[in-house]
Amino acid sequence: MFTILVSMRADQILHPTPAGLYCPPGDFYIDPVRPVPRALITHGHGDHARSGHGAVMATRQTLEIMAIRYGEDFAGQRQAADGPVRVGDTTVSFHPAGHILGSAQIAVQPDRGPKIVVSGDYCRHPNPVSAAYEPVPCDIFVTEATFGLPVFKHPDPAGEMTRLLASMAEFPERPHLIGAYALGKAQRLIMLAREAGIDGPIAIHGALQRLCDYHVEQGIDLGPLVPATAKQVDAQLVIAPPSAFASAWVQRFRDPVIGFASGWMAVRARARQRGVELPLVISDHVDWPQVTRTITELAPSEVWITHGTEDGLMRWCELQGIPARPLRLVGYEDEPE
Amino acid sequence: MRAFANLLERLAFTPARNAKLRLLRHYLEQTPDPDRGYALAALTGDLKLRTVTPSLLRGLMVERVDEQLFALSYDFVGDLAETIALLWDSDRDEDVPLHQAVALLRDTGKSGLPMAIAGMLDRLGPSQRLAFLKLATGNMRIGLSARMARIALAEMGTPDVAQIEEIWHGLTPPYQPLFDWIAGGPRPEQAARAPFRPVMLSTPVDLDQLGAFQPADYIAEWKWDGIRVQAINDDGVRRLYSRTGEDIGGSFPDVIEALNFDGAVDGELLVRRGEDVAVFGDLQKRLGRKQVGKGMLDSHPASLRVYDLMIWQGRDLRDLPLTDRRAVLEGADFGSDRIDVSPLLDFATWDDLAALRADPPAAVIEGVMIKRRDSAYVGGRPRGPWFKWKRDPHVVDAVLLYAQRGHGKRSGFYSDFTFGLWDADQLVPVGKAYFGFTDEELRELDRFVRNNTVERFGPVRSVAPKLVLEVAFEGLNASGRHKAGVAMRFPRISRIRWDKPIAEADHLSTLKAMIP
Repeated sequence: MFTILVSMRADQILHPTPAGLYCPPGDFYIDPVRPVPRALITHGHGDHARSGHGAVMATRQTLEIMAIRYGEDFAGQRQAADGPVRVGDTTVSFHPAGHILGSAQIAVQPDRGPKIVVSGDYCRHPNPVSAAYEPVPCDIFVTEATFGLPVFKHPDPAGEMTRLLASMAEFPERPHLIGAYALGKAQRLIMLAREAGIDGPIAIHGALQRLCDYHVEQGIDLGPLVPATAKQVDAQLVIAPPSAFASAWVQRFRDPVIGFASGWMAVRARARQRGVELPLVISDHVDWPQVTRTITELAPSEVWITHGTEDGLMRWCELQGIPARPLRLVGYEDEPE
Repeated sequence: MRAFANLLERLAFTPARNAKLRLLRHYLEQTPDPDRGYALAALTGDLKLRTVTPSLLRGLMVERVDEQLFALSYDFVGDLAETIALLWDSDRDEDVPLHQAVALLRDTGKSGLPMAIAGMLDRLGPSQRLAFLKLATGNMRIGLSARMARIALAEMGTPDVAQIEEIWHGLTPPYQPLFDWIAGGPRPEQAARAPFRPVMLSTPVDLDQLGAFQPADYIAEWKWDGIRVQAINDDGVRRLYSRTGEDIGGSFPDVIEALNFDGAVDGELLVRRGEDVAVFGDLQKRLGRKQVGKGMLDSHPASLRVYDLMIWQGRDLRDLPLTDRRAVLEGADFGSDRIDVSPLLDFATWDDLAALRADPPAAVIEGVMIKRRDSAYVGGRPRGPWFKWKRDPHVVDAVLLYAQRGHGKRSGFYSDFTFGLWDADQLVPVGKAYFGFTDEELRELDRFVRNNTVERFGPVRSVAPKLVLEVAFEGLNASGRHKAGVAMRFPRISRIRWDKPIAEADHLSTLKAMIP
């Protein structure tokens, strides 16, 4: 008896389907956008982590975040990722991505064939609410390209906080309402405010309460928070999810300065579309220097690009002589910030 | 330049006027000379620098960035200066004084310019790079008028806006004597010829209030619906100023050419064909043009109708009583048929005047002006000597169709309302109004919009056609840019007709019949 050892091609190990990235040898999907029997999930943002799957494997924190957002019965079974795990004919492992609390890259090592790392969303700026990104050597690196154009060089967030503080001093009578996504960005903004010296109460919209509580439970000291639901809100800094700005909730604030914390705010036209008065360039995604540096460091034999402004990154890979292809995955938000 | 870059950024995103004023005032208070003076001039468009062309800037990028990546970036950002500011590869962020950047753009020769600009961009961080490139391309676009700049200056010290306006046109950047004056130093000498002088303004009045005054103490004249101007010929230097001191002569070469007198006069700028004074819409076509073609000069000839004399043949008449100034005015020879004198109205009682006001001889008349015979010419808006008694506004009953969220004090409220009129069995949008209602009414309108939303488009909601609004407006222009073919002037919501069924709203034909 003998075995014929045939190495599998990369796209036999992982390829896009309408439900999401599928791995035939392991029979699982990564961040599927439709309910599937077995899902591996990189992080808790709604466009990556959906409810209704048969079995879900993710970091313990991502599982707990999904339970908070969707209820305890968000999936048939769940398994916390802990060290390398056999799934079908593959070995998978989860590694910190630096994006939000619990966020991970997923490395897929098939028994025969190239090793693939799916980064999910990742970020290399220091971020107090997330474990730092860890480079994982691989043959194929699957990257996001949310900010995949050379115009995106996210500034030091401390400088952005200086601008916020300057505005709060310039207009001391006006509450400053800053839009930030409820999971990750909001808590990062609160931590940045603390680092910038805002020790007093920060008001948070009701939609942020449970996720902020969870961050505190996980050992991230967000400092004094008060609800921004009362008639009288005793804090000059108020943080709310973007959707709140269209609701009547805003009306309780007198002449507010409306801000928004996002990497998109670096481009004025984007900030204008949002109708904000104080755009703050604070991102939890890799910017152009980071994504190109990461690819250079990892030196994979091929780069796959999941979503974002992939044309720019494709062109850069072409200039570097690195084979690259867009996966054109559907279902992820255009503006996942 | 870091503070200047921050200021530009804030001004670009701040819609409210008072907030803009505060940002500017703080900047001017905290920034040393000469930088604040250059910043002020840059904001008001008074800084004359070498203009850097887009092709020069593109040339710089071709050497530094892959063409395809540049094209993708420009396509995404949509603004050349901003694209370059973001793309430029430099980690330095020196706080370069604004006057250095100004000197570079003023004094560098054409051949050395690309190198000099690249060298400056290398020293700056992204926001300063954008400020520098906006300075270089002469395109600030931050919605700050020279008038607002002067208001901010007036808030800094003792001189008021009128006093600053009076000397403004003799000043040049960086305005050191002006800032010294504001800080308590001596008033700068008015060096320039044909300076702007503060205009005398009126306060509104109605028939009840007029009852307290003697008609015999007043003269009255038509209130012409043009643009209030000050026209000057000072020893051959000719100027045409708006009532806020903007020099608008460039758009009206025909009027400038007609100023064949020696003095400074107060009047109304109008489009007049023979004896016929055209509606405001015709004058509007002449506004804001850098170049006026011959066709436009022939089809829309501008003229001046004089109300008052400030300076005449070397004499300052402003302290004289109105009747004395008027006597000189009526005897004056203006040397051009483009200039005539605003006629006085014949009345004995306020009721006489009310009758004239109710039935003016031309559509371009928007009411009457009532002036005390003994009034001196005083800049600003003194209460009492001069009144304006405007014609009652037009009103239509329109149907609320769309609402948009407001800014600042109206954040979170649907406060900008688009309304329509019937055209056959369709409701056609005819205009937009965002004032006229009380705070309480705004809350009711906001609630109505939220409860009757049909569709959402970003910050705009389309609303089920259920609510009739009485819309008041000052006049109408025919307009090719508006779908309905008419544009209202100063539309505002005068009443909310909760009681009125939409079938009883007005028809577009009713509105069109009001076009003069």
